[in-house]
Amino acid sequence: MSGLAMPKPDDATMRRRDEIVADMRIIVPGEGVVDAANSMRAFESDGLTAYRQLPLVVVLPQTVAQVSRVLKYCNDRNIRIVPRGSGTSLSGGALPLEDAVLLVMSRFNRILAIDFPNRVVVAQPGVTNLGITTAVEQEGFYYAPDPSSQIACSIGGNVAENSGGVHCLKYGLTANNVLGIEMVLMNGEVMRLGGSHLDAEGYDLLGVMTGSEGLLGVVTEVTVRILKKPETARALLIGFPTSEQGGQCVADIIGAGIIPGGMEMMDRPAIHAAEDFVHAGYPLDVEALLIVELDGPSVEVDHLITAVEAIAIRNGSTTCRISQSEQERLSFWAGRKAAFPAVGRISPDYYCMDGTIPRKELPRVLAGMRELSEKYGLGVANVFHAGDGNLHPLILYDANVPGELDKAESFGADILRLCVKVGGVLTGEHGVGVEKRDLMPEMFNQIDLDQQMRVKCAFDPNHLLNPGKVFPQLRRCAELGRMHISGGKLPFPDIPRF
Amino acid sequence: MTIFTPTNSDEVLSTVAWAAAEESPLEILGHGSKRGIGRPQQSEHTLDLSKLTGVTLYEPAELVLSAKAGTPLADIEKLLAENGQQLAFEPLDYGPLFGGEAGKGTIGGVLAANLSGPRRLKAGAARDHILGINAVSGRGEAFKSGGRVVKNVTGYDLSKLMANSWGTLAAFTDVTFKVLPAAETEVTLAVRGLLDDAAAAAMALTLGSSAEVSSAAHLPERIAARVAGGTLGNEAATLLRVEGFGPSVAYRIAALKTLLGKAGPLEEISGEASRVIWRDVRDCRPFADGSEKPVWRVSMTPGEGHQMVLTLRMQAAVSAFYDWQGGLVWLRMEEGDPEAALLRGLLRKHGGGHATLVRAAPSHRAALPVFEPQAPALSALSARLKQEFDPKNILNPGRMA
Repeated sequence: MSGLAMPKPDDATMRRRDEIVADMRIIVPGEGVVDAANSMRAFESDGLTAYRQLPLVVVLPQTVAQVSRVLKYCNDRNIRIVPRGSGTSLSGGALPLEDAVLLVMSRFNRILAIDFPNRVVVAQPGVTNLGITTAVEQEGFYYAPDPSSQIACSIGGNVAENSGGVHCLKYGLTANNVLGIEMVLMNGEVMRLGGSHLDAEGYDLLGVMTGSEGLLGVVTEVTVRILKKPETARALLIGFPTSEQGGQCVADIIGAGIIPGGMEMMDRPAIHAAEDFVHAGYPLDVEALLIVELDGPSVEVDHLITAVEAIAIRNGSTTCRISQSEQERLSFWAGRKAAFPAVGRISPDYYCMDGTIPRKELPRVLAGMRELSEKYGLGVANVFHAGDGNLHPLILYDANVPGELDKAESFGADILRLCVKVGGVLTGEHGVGVEKRDLMPEMFNQIDLDQQMRVKCAFDPNHLLNPGKVFPQLRRCAELGRMHISGGKLPFPDIPRF
Repeated sequence: MTIFTPTNSDEVLSTVAWAAAEESPLEILGHGSKRGIGRPQQSEHTLDLSKLTGVTLYEPAELVLSAKAGTPLADIEKLLAENGQQLAFEPLDYGPLFGGEAGKGTIGGVLAANLSGPRRLKAGAARDHILGINAVSGRGEAFKSGGRVVKNVTGYDLSKLMANSWGTLAAFTDVTFKVLPAAETEVTLAVRGLLDDAAAAAMALTLGSSAEVSSAAHLPERIAARVAGGTLGNEAATLLRVEGFGPSVAYRIAALKTLLGKAGPLEEISGEASRVIWRDVRDCRPFADGSEKPVWRVSMTPGEGHQMVLTLRMQAAVSAFYDWQGGLVWLRMEEGDPEAALLRGLLRKHGGGHATLVRAAPSHRAALPVFEPQAPALSALSARLKQEFDPKNILNPGRMA
C-alpha cells in the first residue's frame, strides 16, 4: 500500500475482537458471520485493488432488524463499521479497516415489488443493477443508469456512489432515478426517505444520501423508477483528425438541440488498443473516435441520424459509419466496452481515473496529459463520456516495477488537479473513497469541507460509519459545532437598508 | 425592523454573520412570490436578495448556466429561450395562486422551494438540475458545493440538500443549473369526457407505452374550463403532452391514438395553445381564484390519486385535479377548513406521500403543519441538520415547523 494514512485502529476494539465476533453471531445467527482470515480474504479489497486490508470481522445480515442491531451494538461500543455492497467501487469506498466490522449487504438480494402502472420497482440493496432490468424487461421496461459494472454492482452501492453510466446525459444518474430508500442510521434508527411518490416533504435527505459513499447510513431498501425501453437504437461511428474537431462536433450536436442516448469518445491510444483486441473495425488513422447513439421511435432516430451525420461532416470527420443493423450497432460499441480490458492487454496494469471537465477544455486537458505522460514516463489512453465531460484516463504502468504504482498515482493526481484547474471536478462517477480523499482540498477549502463534515455529524456524530473515506482529515463534531463570533457590529455599514 | 438589500455576496456574508452574532433572525426573501407558503414569519429583519442579480456564466454548448441568487427567473427563461434552451423542470409560478402577478420569482427561490412542473417524472425537479451553489450558512460562513459540470460526485451533494429547504439552512448567493434544449415541437392529445377512474386508467396505459409522454394531467368537468382562458370548455379533459422533433411527435401522437382506441373523443392541440394549457396546469390556475380557500399540493403514487379523492369527497367538499407526471393531486377545500388530519390520514392509507398546505389563511398556517409532519426519527435528523447549518436558528426560523 502506498502512503495512504487510515484511521489508527482502536486498541480497545482490537482487544475485544472475540467478544464482538461472538455477539455478532448472536445478532446474525447461521452463516452470517465470517471471522477466519482465509475466508475474509475475499473481502479485503474492492475494485481499487491496490489497497487491501482484512477487516475485524465480516457480517452478512439478512434482515433490517439485524442491520439495525449490528449498528446500534457498534454505536454503543464505539466500534467502526464499513458497509459494502458488491465491492465494485473503483475508489476504495468499501476498503475494510482493521478494527471495523465489514457489513456486507449481499444477502439482501430480493426484488420486493414491481408496480408497472406506476412504473416503480422496490428492491433490496444487494440486488444487482442489471437484476432490476432483468426483472422487468419481459414487459419492455428497464432501469436506466448503467454503470459498466452493472452485471455485478448492487443497487444499494449505486445509491451510495450515485452511479452513472454511458446513458446518463439523457436519462440521469442514480440520484435522478431513485424515488425512495429505507436506511438505518449508525444509532440503529430505521427510517424511510421518499417512496413511490416524488420529492421530499422536508429537506432532501435522499439527495444527500445518494453519493454519500456509505458515510451517512446503511441502505436497506431502494425504490427506483423504471422506463419503457426505446423502440429502437442506432449509432454513428465518427472519426476525426483532431480531438478539437471531435469536441466541436459534440458541442454542435448539443447545440442543435439533440441529446443522444449515448455519446462516447476515445483517443488514439484507446482506439488502437480496442481495435487490436476486438477488431471492431475502428479507423486507425484518426485522433478521436466518436460513438453517437440515438434511441427512440425509428422515425425519430432516422431523422436525428441524418442531422448528426451532417454535423459530423461539417466538422471535418474523415470517417462516418451509420449502423444498419442491431449487430452493427453492437459492433461499434464492442471496442468501447472492451476498452479497459484492451488496455489491460497492452500494459501489465492500468489505473483508471475519473475527472469531469467542461467539454470545451478537452483539447487543453489532453495536451496537458501528454506532457504529464512524458514527465512521468507512463503511457495514457483516454475514454471519455463526451456528452457530460466525464473523462476516464487509463494510466499504463507495471506494479512489479518498484515505484511505478506511486508514479502512476502521482500522475493520476496531477491529471485530477488539471481537471479542477480548468473548471472541472475530481470525480464524475467513481466517488472519492480513499483514492481521491487527499485531493479534496484541491476543490474545497476548509470551510466547505467543515460544512460537509457537519452533515456527517447530524447522521453519525462519532464518525463510526466508514471513517477514513472522503474526508482528508476528520474533525470532532463538538469542535465543528463551535461558532467563532467576530463581534456584533456590521462590517458593511454602507449596505443599503430600509 | 431593518431590510438589508445586499448587492454582492460579501455583503450577504457580512449581514448573516452580523445576524448570527446578534442572534437576530432574518427572513430571507427574493421577490416574495412564495411568501405565503409556510408558517407565517416573525423575523426581526429581512434579507432581501432581489438586488443580488446577474447571469455570471452561460455556455449553451456546455448546458450550464450560473446566476446570482436574486436573478429573476423570467430573465433567465428569456435568455435560455433566445438560445433554444430551457430549464427542463418547468418551475411553477406560485404568483397567481396567491393573487399576485405572474412571472415573478428568483432563481434562488426556484431552488429553495424545489420547484418543478408537469414534466416532473421525466425531467425532474430543481433538485435534479442544480449543479452547484455558493451560500452563506446560519453560522455566518460562506461555503460552496458542487461545481459547473453535469457529472460530479465529489463530496456530499449539499446543493441538493438546499432544494426544498425554504431558506432555513443557508442564504444562497450563486446557483448553477443544468440547462437543456427546448423541444422543437409540442402537441397535446386531449381525451374528453372521462371520469376520474377512467382517466387514471388511460394515463397509466399511455405513460407505460413507448410514446414518451412528457406530461399527463386530468382536469375533471368544470375544472377544464379554468385553464387556457376557457378554450377547452367545461367537459373533462385528460391531457397527454408529446414533445420532440416534428416527425417523432407525429408518430408518437398517432401511436397514442391507436392505444387509446375508443376511450373517448380525442382532440389535438399544438404549439402555443398547448404551451398555455401546460403553463396553467403547472401554476395551479384552476384554483387561482383570488380567494383564501385552502389549497393542498399532494405528492403521491399517481395510481392512488383518484381513489383518495373519492373517499375524501364523502367527508368534505373538495375540488381536485391531477397532474400525473408531476406526481400531484391539487385540492381546494371549498368550505374553508383545510381538513389537514382527514387528508393526511387518507394519504397514509393510499400509498403515502406528502401534502403541503400551500395556500391558507395565516391563522390556519400558524396552527397547522404546512409541510407534511415527519416520523419522529426523521424529524429529529432534520432538526440536527438544521442545527449544523444554523445553530442560532436565525434563517427563516419556524417556517418549516
